[in-house]
Amino acid sequence: MSLLADVPAPPTSPRQEIRQPSRKPFLPWLLLSAAMVILGVLTGFPLVRLVLMSFQEYERAQLMGQPASWVGFDNYTTILTDVDGFWPVLARSFVLMVVLVAVTITLGMLVALLMMRVGKGLRLLMSIGLLLAWAMPSLAATTVWGWLFDTQYGVINNLLTAITGDRWFGYSWLLDPLSFFVIVACIVVWGAVPFVAFTLYAGLTQIPEEVIEAAQLDGASAFQRFRLIQVPYVRTIITVLVVLSMIWDLKLFTQVFVLQDIGGDRELTSTIGVYIYQTGMAQGHYGLASAIGVIFVIVMLAIAYPYVRRTLREEEL
Amino acid sequence: MIKIRKRLADTGFGALAIAVFVFSAFPVYWMVSTSFLPNNRIRGENLAFFPTPDVFTLDNYRAAIFNARAPFAPAVANSIGVTFLTLVIALVVGFVAALALTRFQFKGRRTFIVLILVVQMIPGEAMIISLFRIIDGWQLLNTIIGLTLVYAAGVLPFTIWTLRGFVNGVPKELEEAAMIDGCSRAGAFWRVTFPLLAPGLVATGVFAFIQAWNEFVTALVIMQRPEAMTLPLWLRTFVQATQATNWGAVMAASVLIAIPAVIFFLIVQGRMTGGLVSGAVKG
Repeated sequence: MSLLADVPAPPTSPRQEIRQPSRKPFLPWLLLSAAMVILGVLTGFPLVRLVLMSFQEYERAQLMGQPASWVGFDNYTTILTDVDGFWPVLARSFVLMVVLVAVTITLGMLVALLMMRVGKGLRLLMSIGLLLAWAMPSLAATTVWGWLFDTQYGVINNLLTAITGDRWFGYSWLLDPLSFFVIVACIVVWGAVPFVAFTLYAGLTQIPEEVIEAAQLDGASAFQRFRLIQVPYVRTIITVLVVLSMIWDLKLFTQVFVLQDIGGDRELTSTIGVYIYQTGMAQGHYGLASAIGVIFVIVMLAIAYPYVRRTLREEEL
Repeated sequence: MIKIRKRLADTGFGALAIAVFVFSAFPVYWMVSTSFLPNNRIRGENLAFFPTPDVFTLDNYRAAIFNARAPFAPAVANSIGVTFLTLVIALVVGFVAALALTRFQFKGRRTFIVLILVVQMIPGEAMIISLFRIIDGWQLLNTIIGLTLVYAAGVLPFTIWTLRGFVNGVPKELEEAAMIDGCSRAGAFWRVTFPLLAPGLVATGVFAFIQAWNEFVTALVIMQRPEAMTLPLWLRTFVQATQATNWGAVMAASVLIAIPAVIFFLIVQGRMTGGLVSGAVKG
């Protein structure tokens, strides 16, 4: 559930890495023990339990105390052959993730470039707006956007009526899956662009001015400067942002779940996280939901693998 | 000619900057504005875009607090309790763990750090089923303790990782100098390093706070009874589509939840982007 942001460490000096071995080898383990107990019991154990449950027939009856029987890979077979349930959810989640990441990174880059271009006052104004959007809890953001797009009284329908002259009152944005996801995208992109924009802006400001000036004197257009100088300079930042965004956007839960509450079609709009909740908590198929959970964990770790490797290399571990 | 073109471009980019501001700030503005408007100016085609004194009302807040489907007071108490306990556990446990990982050299250190990093990538959404079973088995469903334990485990890897960075940032030589001047090892740490770490502890604590305060999916699974709900679950009860949504009350409730999160976020936001860049622009 963590991963709020990759708040990174101040750089370590190589000297500090050289240390004498402690005379008390048990002391560090003593200091680590509390963390190990908490993580072991509330992350390790649930993970093991999840894997075990994914191989069991685990329904409401088992919740009531009936022993769960082992069914081998049955749950996995059921899910992976569920052409109408699991696969559309997986495809939907991935397509949504790709669109969200592409839009977020593109807009974030454009906003960062704009922040470079405008004066101090306007930059401050932009920062204030972006910070507000960034700071909003995702649940509150979802209710607000739900209100903006409300069928009866939403300001969007009101403005559309005023602008186009047609009557938009009563138009439901959430009922149609496509426009449902447009709103999901609005919420997610609105909340995620600030982080991307600020990070890229911070990166862009580190590029030495002489480099840009030299290119300018050589007659490079703004787009050439962007493509040949700015992008290469911040390439590593972009990579990290893409991976983090992929992770966050694939985990999407609150926004989709609460918009469904407000008035979406659960069948046609669930993403993986919501689908696990629906299958397990709502319908009581705990075994099946666990199998989906295991698949989900594997997918996420695969996506995160390059990021983990890169971080470890950078930290010189 | 060139001057005119530049001025035109400046104006264009200025307009874009203002557009970015409007787009990002408007939803927040609309939330606050709606929360102070009476129902007849929220509903209907004659929208009020600003809560002028003649229409300004606190009715929505009254409705949100007293007429919610889940009681407000226990939700506040639960949220504060869970958030506070999570914060304390995460900071204390995370801090000593970070010390072990930075100030000691021992077998298994690297493995532990890798594990911390990997654990952060496991999606909590995947784990809700087994967590529900485990917490249920311990008879801790609908209790602050149960949810706190899950949250503590959730924010701990991040806390350790971040604090580790902060401790690493304080040179060990400072401690050694104090030890030469006669401090014990613990004394040197306590008097020299710890004060330097205070800002790091505050920042990390605030992150833990925001995470626990905003968390939704685990709470949804573990705190199902109305009187056990945390604030996000309480807010959700407003929009569950069984009757027409009272948007004024929803916005008032959203404001109440967002205020602490936004304030704390603004305190630490400066630390969120800086470091990602400092390491990455080197090459």
